[in-house]
Amino acid sequence: MRYATPASAKEAAGLLSKEKGAAFLLAGGTDLLVKLKMGMVEPDLVVDIKRIPKINEIQTSAKGFTIGAAVSGAVIGEHKGLNAAWPGVVEAANLIGSDQIQGRATLAGNLCNASPAADSVPAMIVAGAKAVIVGPNKKRTVPVEKVVEGPGKTCLTKGEVIEAIVLPKPEPRTGDAYMRFIPRTEMDIAVVGVAISLKLERGVVKKAKVALGAVAPTAVVVPAAARALVGSKLDDASLEKLAAACSAACNPIDDKRGTVEYRTRVAGVLAKRAAKLAFQRAGGAL
Amino acid sequence: MSNATLVSTTVNGDPVQFACPTDESLMTALRNRVGLTGVKEGCGTGDCGACSVTLDGSLVCSCLVLGVEAEGRKVTTVEGLSENGELHVLQQKFIDHAALQCGICTPGFLVAAKALLDRNPNPNETEIRYALAGNLCRCTGYDKIVHAVQDAAKDMRKNNNRSKKRS
Ligand SMILES: Cc1cc2nc3c(=O)[nH]c(=O)nc-3n(C[C@H](O)[C@H](O)[C@H](O)COP(=O)(O)OP(=O)(O)OC[C@H]3O[C@@H](n4cnc5c(N)ncnc54)[C@H](O)[C@@H]3O)c2cc1C
Ligand code: FES
Ligand code: FES
Repeated sequence: MRYATPASAKEAAGLLSKEKGAAFLLAGGTDLLVKLKMGMVEPDLVVDIKRIPKINEIQTSAKGFTIGAAVSGAVIGEHKGLNAAWPGVVEAANLIGSDQIQGRATLAGNLCNASPAADSVPAMIVAGAKAVIVGPNKKRTVPVEKVVEGPGKTCLTKGEVIEAIVLPKPEPRTGDAYMRFIPRTEMDIAVVGVAISLKLERGVVKKAKVALGAVAPTAVVVPAAARALVGSKLDDASLEKLAAACSAACNPIDDKRGTVEYRTRVAGVLAKRAAKLAFQRAGGAL
Repeated sequence: MSNATLVSTTVNGDPVQFACPTDESLMTALRNRVGLTGVKEGCGTGDCGACSVTLDGSLVCSCLVLGVEAEGRKVTTVEGLSENGELHVLQQKFIDHAALQCGICTPGFLVAAKALLDRNPNPNETEIRYALAGNLCRCTGYDKIVHAVQDAAKDMRKNNNRSKKRS
């Protein structure tokens, strides 16, 4: 196994695209090195992005935030600006693993690993996050919801590298929230994850976005759930409609941590709770 | 076959060089090449925390770090906790509270607890339990460990105040 520490995302893309054997990008390594240990991958080349300048930084501008692809969950959790702007994204990122995993795990790695249960993905989707993708020849920006195509499968072509995740500056009176259900209180994989962002106008929901995790092969955006909230002050009837729309959008697996019926039901219950939290964060009165 | 790569790093404040294959974990390199066997292997996959170290100040599982990643970085292991042959308060409190039995999880708990107290000198019980959720103990049970950390935090705050008053 060869190990490379390129000095730019472009150089990383070049190394990956030229490699004839099995080549992998290394960010926090909390997925990749587990697979290496288990013999699920046998890399000929590992390209570590953590020595690329600025890739370990969060930059704030008038437009929003640029989170470098190597920024860890722990660093995201300490960032005051991000906590104020997108608390749902921060709480989702911070749910990934233990403090030890937080010391390394990245948003881009969570996205590229493409697990259906990846916690940060629904939260990034409802916040309108985009992935800045650098290839050997060109750069493109893709909405996070378009990146994952199936379990373990992304839209990245050979050599492409996510350089950063960008989050917009939230509009006034916007709130977001992410909640997951796990059988234990810590260190488990989501049975259901729900992310909701909404914007208020005079106390009424003007815009909303709802995404579910762990109930389908990829995170799913649920427009019907968002429509249930728009125009409401989160009265019981609209919350029931939200829950029904979320349950209807579920196409989950049956496993030891949750049956199909259970996941479908819990998706609705969690959606109501997440909507209330996002509403309060947007300044709404319940 | 992976070629051995020479890695220059700092471990517990001392400059250290070791040669390791590129696919070897920092955990294995620290144990087998640097001789720091306080770094324990429980699972090797990030679940148990027995291999906890800090890397440039952040708490990580050394089983999920490649040895070659340590180049030019600063690593701290449980062996770096004591000073001038004196146990760290946390270590003493683990003994006082009998917060260990077989001891295989203990180094990881100590490193993780130290990282917590560096960040938050006065954690409540819930915060301690969440901060140590990445460390598994299969024999002592967690209550004694939590009590030891609470007690150590209390002493450390006292010592801190005392040294602040003195200066
Ligand atoms: C004990 C434990 C607990 C966990 N708990 C959770 C949890 O609660 N929730 C959850 O969602 N996940 C969890 N995970 C999984 C993992 O920690 C996350 O998916 C994490 O965000 C991965 O990020 P990373 O930087 O470590 O990725 P890496 O392991 O470095 O990379 C993951 C994959 O993405 C690719 N990749 C990484 N970065 C890029 C990039 N910038 N561009 C292109 N490709 C890239 C890599 O090649 C690799 O295939 C857990 C893992 C462990 C070991
Ligand atoms: S050996 Fe590293 S977490 Fe278990
Ligand atoms: S003391 Fe034996 S595992 Fe914790």
